[in-house]
Amino acid sequence: MAKEYINFSSEKMGPQITLSIKESGRTVEMIKRGEKIAKIISTTFTYIFILALALLVIFPFYWMIITSLKSLDEITGMSTGGYQTYFPQIVMWSNYVYVFQKFDFTTYMSNTIVVAIFSTLGTLLTTVFAAFAFARLNFKGRETVFMVFLMTMMIPGEMMVLSNYITVASFGWIDSENQTLIQAYACMIVPFWVSVFYIYLLRQNFKQIPNELYLAAKVDGKSDWHYLWKVMVPLCSPTLISITILKFMGTWNSYMWPQLVCKNEAYQLISNGLRGSSFTNADTGITEYGYRMAATVLVTVPLFLLFVFFRKYIMKGVGRAGIKG
Amino acid sequence: MLFFRKKHKVEEASASQLPVVEGPGYDDIPETKEGYDEERKVIVRLVGKRPEKKYQVTGIDDVASKNNWKAWLYLAPVIILLSVFSLYPLINTIFISITKNYSYIDGYGTGLTLDNFAIVLGLKSFVNQAGEMGRETNFVKFAIPNTLVITFVTVPLSIFLALIIAVALNSIKWFQKFLQTVFFLPYVTNGIAIGMVFAVIFDRQGIINNLFGVSVNWIQNAERWTAMIPLCIFIVWNSIPFKILILLSGLQGVDKQYYQAAQIDSASKGKVLRKITVPLLSPQILYLMITGFIGAFKEYNSIISIFGAPSTAGSGGASTEKNLLTVVYYVYDILENDSTTKIQYGAAGAVLLFAVILLFTLFQSKVSKKRVHY
Repeated sequence: MAKEYINFSSEKMGPQITLSIKESGRTVEMIKRGEKIAKIISTTFTYIFILALALLVIFPFYWMIITSLKSLDEITGMSTGGYQTYFPQIVMWSNYVYVFQKFDFTTYMSNTIVVAIFSTLGTLLTTVFAAFAFARLNFKGRETVFMVFLMTMMIPGEMMVLSNYITVASFGWIDSENQTLIQAYACMIVPFWVSVFYIYLLRQNFKQIPNELYLAAKVDGKSDWHYLWKVMVPLCSPTLISITILKFMGTWNSYMWPQLVCKNEAYQLISNGLRGSSFTNADTGITEYGYRMAATVLVTVPLFLLFVFFRKYIMKGVGRAGIKG
Repeated sequence: MLFFRKKHKVEEASASQLPVVEGPGYDDIPETKEGYDEERKVIVRLVGKRPEKKYQVTGIDDVASKNNWKAWLYLAPVIILLSVFSLYPLINTIFISITKNYSYIDGYGTGLTLDNFAIVLGLKSFVNQAGEMGRETNFVKFAIPNTLVITFVTVPLSIFLALIIAVALNSIKWFQKFLQTVFFLPYVTNGIAIGMVFAVIFDRQGIINNLFGVSVNWIQNAERWTAMIPLCIFIVWNSIPFKILILLSGLQGVDKQYYQAAQIDSASKGKVLRKITVPLLSPQILYLMITGFIGAFKEYNSIISIFGAPSTAGSGGASTEKNLLTVVYYVYDILENDSTTKIQYGAAGAVLLFAVILLFTLFQSKVSKKRVHY
């Protein structure tokens, strides 16, 4: 049979010509429609797949919230015949009341906020100064010093903990019996005042500021100091906001170092409080999961709010830094 | 001779106001007719020799050169802090790790030795202060295998999942931003808090056992390798957002033409993924692999958050087997519990970790010069 590629469906030539490929027996229209259907199917599958994964990602958060509203009997399955419920039978707001009354939530929270504010402020200051020196001033050995700085980034922080512990102890900040709150704060703040990565980040940002602005400031008789604070810092505020948020999150998440240096539980940070023994029933030795989850929700929510408001800065900062804190 | 000849040439060519140098042989120079090029070269050289002005109006160089001390003043806080809290610790840790009988109180030992490494690696037994022989088994028996398992399970798995999610996210139109935010959520959480949620989920009476109709001890009193399952799931869950973020930004930078070409060739989706997307994302994937490996070597936080102690038996004291130690947790555990007697072993462990991470970092910087563009 002769292959017929063009099918004159009508005797009259003109717009009625349909192109058909006989081998597959489908017209272009059919192929187009088939492709469309295939596309719809694949899009649907993509959505199903991605929504399923998104549910998996969210599930721990959901579980955290509903567990925080359950009674202990329901969490352990005692009151539900050994089965887990996907929604609390009795909504226990009292779990949250307990967190504020019995668990020293406010103490841990204020510790965390004080440490976060002061370590962030210190980091911002040192970072701005160093980045300014590297970006704008020219001095002997600049490149060498910068290389040394960058090389310290290779030292894992975990390696320094051991020696830093000895160092802060030799400063007299760790005293097992009578460590004061100020000493505990100093232990948690001072060692984290420098971040080479942030210096690097800000230096790159400073370098992008055109020279003309500097010269204009000079013409106006402004000093370097003025120029730094009135021109450079405002221009680079997005980077500084990113640094601030990441640093805050770092303090929010820090656990091991406060655990090591704070000899009194009342000086520790929020993560330590969560993990601590406040939620274990002293009589039965059973962990009160409901209370613990309520505290967990209270710790997670501020971070979420921060994320909602500063999403752009966080994602930008993380994309470039790839680290917390 | 040559010097004078040049001067002479310039005077002729540009009639400048250079002082005529009187000297022997000045008149002896033969008149050469080497052409225009030769003369121009001479002039350029002379201009190059003009003394630079000390202070120029433009440029930042000059401001700096007269403010040398100022720059160091700006750098002073960072340099002091870095040397106290980064450089000194590095040296001190290495020093402790090679010190014999290091004393935590006065900071000195009785000599240099490599025994600490041998003891930590289980090659040698140690004698403690009471004169008893003992073996330091935790590092070899638990820390290294656990770290390796965590590393080689979570890093490839999380990169694979992140790649699939990133490609899927990139291909959809509606809710893309929203879903992107959802997948980023695990990053903006308190690690300790969410680890405890996993502990509830994987509880003996928890939802996982419930769903699958089994009663396995995942957390409390679990077998060591069973406990690795919730641990690895948690680490993957926690590390995916960052990887998606990096891969997605990589994907958005890929030229659409490649995909159009593939469409014309009617390549299947799997083939497009394997032959176009993955190769084009190779810099990002490589970066994620190396940072992932380094991060996984340092894993300890997730163990604290889920288990609360480096053991599936909970924090039962010194007698419990610390079967969930990792390399970093080993160091911390010594600091927390045996800082007076075993600190040199902790230092040795830290130095070993540093060496491995340094190797990876160097490897990364070497490879990234060739292939990674970020």
